[in-house]
Amino acid sequence: MAVTQVRLTFAPSGLAPLAIAEKIREAFPDQVVEVVEFRDQVSVIVKKGQIVAILRYLHDDPFLSFDHLQDLTAVDYAKKKDVRFEVVYSLYSIKYRHRIRIRAQVPENDPKIDSVVPIWAGANWHERECYDMFGITFTGHPDLRRILMPEDWEGYPLRKDYPLKGPDFEHDWPGFTDMVKRSRELREFEWEG
Amino acid sequence: MIQKEAERIFETRELNVNMGPQHPATHGVLRLVLDIDGETIVKVTPYVGYLHRGIEKLGENLSYFQALPLTDRMDYVSAMSNNIGYCVAVEKLFGIDPPMRAKFIRTIVGEMSRIANHLLWLATHALDIGAMTVFLYCFREREWILDLFEMICGARLTVTYPRVGGVRNDVPQAFLDSLWKFTEEFPSRILEYETLIDQNRIWLQRTVGIGVISAEEAVNWGMTGPTLRGSGVPYDVRKHMPYDAYDQVEFDVPIGTAGDTYDRYRCRMLEMRQSNSIIRQCIEKLPPGPVMADDPKFVLPPKDKMLPITQPTDMAYFIIEKACKGCGMCLRACPAKAISGEKKKAHKIDQSQCLQCSTCFTTCKFKALTVVPGGKGLSDEKLAELAVAPDKLPDDIKEAQQNLTRQFDFIKKGPKVPEGEIYVATEVPKGELGFYFVSDGSGKPYRMRVRAPSFVHAGCLPRLCVGHLVADVIAAIGTIDIVLGECDR
Repeated sequence: MAVTQVRLTFAPSGLAPLAIAEKIREAFPDQVVEVVEFRDQVSVIVKKGQIVAILRYLHDDPFLSFDHLQDLTAVDYAKKKDVRFEVVYSLYSIKYRHRIRIRAQVPENDPKIDSVVPIWAGANWHERECYDMFGITFTGHPDLRRILMPEDWEGYPLRKDYPLKGPDFEHDWPGFTDMVKRSRELREFEWEG
Repeated sequence: MIQKEAERIFETRELNVNMGPQHPATHGVLRLVLDIDGETIVKVTPYVGYLHRGIEKLGENLSYFQALPLTDRMDYVSAMSNNIGYCVAVEKLFGIDPPMRAKFIRTIVGEMSRIANHLLWLATHALDIGAMTVFLYCFREREWILDLFEMICGARLTVTYPRVGGVRNDVPQAFLDSLWKFTEEFPSRILEYETLIDQNRIWLQRTVGIGVISAEEAVNWGMTGPTLRGSGVPYDVRKHMPYDAYDQVEFDVPIGTAGDTYDRYRCRMLEMRQSNSIIRQCIEKLPPGPVMADDPKFVLPPKDKMLPITQPTDMAYFIIEKACKGCGMCLRACPAKAISGEKKKAHKIDQSQCLQCSTCFTTCKFKALTVVPGGKGLSDEKLAELAVAPDKLPDDIKEAQQNLTRQFDFIKKGPKVPEGEIYVATEVPKGELGFYFVSDGSGKPYRMRVRAPSFVHAGCLPRLCVGHLVADVIAAIGTIDIVLGECDR
C-alpha cells in the first residue's frame, strides 16, 4: 500500500501504424482485405474467419504486445458496402505506445464472429452490447445476453433499418404495458383493509 | 459424526440476494444479483441498462453541433470532461485546431471537473463505507467549483461550455481570481479529508486488501484511469496521447502498487493535488487571443456577428416594391405574421408587428428584402427612400447575413466532413473516454460510438467482488467510480 508518483514522458509512439499493418499482412497474407489510413490512424480490414488468430498474434507478439483493448464495436453499412457489418477492434499497446484498428467483415446472411473474450476479458460486455444493438452473434462467448435493452426486446436498435422512434410507435413495449396494468390493479386494492 | 448429523438437521444452501436497482450505495440504477454462501459472495451478476437513452442512435440522427449537449447527460458528475472529449474527437475528425487560449481554458475546466468528480467520489465512497463527515467536507469544496462553473457559463452541472473549435466564451478575470484563490486553499482542504480517513482504522479495515486486482489482469479487463493506475500501470491518456494543453504543463501520474481499494483511493487523492497544480500552471501561462477557431468551413460563426444581433435595436426590414414578385415565401415564413399582401403583388411589412428576426430576409429569393440600419420607427415612405438593394448593402451587414445562413446550415445539415473514421480517447476523471466516429461525408456522423469507462468498469464488478463479504460489494462499487448515466448512455 505504497503509492508513488511517476513523471511519465511524452515519448514518441512505438511502431508506425502502417508498419504494423504490413506485419499483419505478412503474417496473414490471405486474410487482409484492405488497409485504410485517415488522419494518422490506420485500419486493417480483414476477413472474419481467422479473427481470433490475428488478434491473438497482435496480443502475444513480443514486438507488438497489444495488451489494451480500447474499444470493440460494430458498424452497420447497410446499402453502402457489399458486406453489411464490420466489427471494429481498437487496440493499443501500453508498453510500446502504438495503436492499430482491426475491422472484421461480417456478412448479413451469417452474422456470426468468434468471441475474443479468451484474449481480453474486458471484451465480454462490449460483445454483449454488439449482440444487443446489432444482432451479431459471438460464438464462444461465455454469457451472450442482451445488456442495455430489456431481455424480451425485439429488433436491434443500432441497425440502420431500425427507425429512430422505435419499430412500433402505436404499441408500447409489453413490459411497460404490463407494469401499467399492474399498477392500476394495485391502486384498487384497499390498503387500509 | 456430529458434524454430519448437524448438516442433516441444519440444511445450508446458497442465497440469492437482489441489490438495487434502487439502492443508495449503487450510485444510480445498477442492479446486482448476488449469490451468497453465508456472507461470502459466490457470484455477482450485474444488470445495467435502466438509464439507456440511446445516445449513440440519437447522435447518428443529429448534426455534429447538435449532439454536443447529449454528452453532458452521460457522466453528469463531470459533464465538462465529457464535452471536451466530444469536442476533441470532432475537431480531429474535421481537422481543425482550436486557438491556444481555448486549449488552456479547456485544460483548466477539465481539471476542475476532475477535482469536482473526485470530491463527489470520495464523499459518496466514504459515506457508503460509513464515514459521514467526509461527505459534508467534500461537498463544501465541490459547491465552490460548481459556483465557479456558473460564473463562466451559467450552468452548474450540464454545462456545454466547450464547443467544437474552442469554448463558448472567454473567461472573466473575476473567475480567474476566484479560481486562483481556490487553488491556494485547496491543498489544505485535501489534508483535512486525509486527517479524517487516511489512517482511520475502520477505513483501513474496509479498504486494504479489498478488491485486489493485479496489473496484467486490470489491463486485460480493459480498466483505465485511476482504477487501473491503482494496480501500478502507468497509463494516462493525457501523457500517452496528449490533447489540449497537457503537453505544455508539468504533472506527475500517481500509481499504486497493491491494486486494492486503498491504493486506488490514494491515487485519486494524489491526482487531485496534481490537478490543482495543473490549474495553477495554466492560469499562469494563459495566453491572450481568441477562444474560437476561425474556420468558415467547419466552425459556427461567432454569436455577436450574426444578423439579428448586430444592431438589434434600430434595424428595420423592408420589402422593395419593384423587386417583389409576390411569391408569398416570406409571408408564410414570418413567425409574427407581420407580412401581408396578395399573390403576385408586392407584399408589405407591418413595422409595428415585426420582430426583426430576419427570417424573411433569409427566405427571399428575389433580393426584394433589405435591411435599413437605423430605420426603426420610421414611416414606410421614409424607409423606401433609405432602402438599398440587398446586394448593395454595407459589407458588415452582408457578412452578418452570410454568418446567419451558415449558422442555420451547420445546425440543420452540418458541415461537409471528409469521409473516414476516427477513434479519439481523452482522460476523463473515470478513465478513458473514447469517441469513435464514422463519417460518410455528410454533416451527421454515420456511426457515433461512445466508449464509456463506467461501462467497462461495471463489467469488472464480478471479478472484484467474488470471495469477499457482502459489505465489500459496496466498497467495490465505490472504488471503480461508476456513473450509470455514462454506463448505459
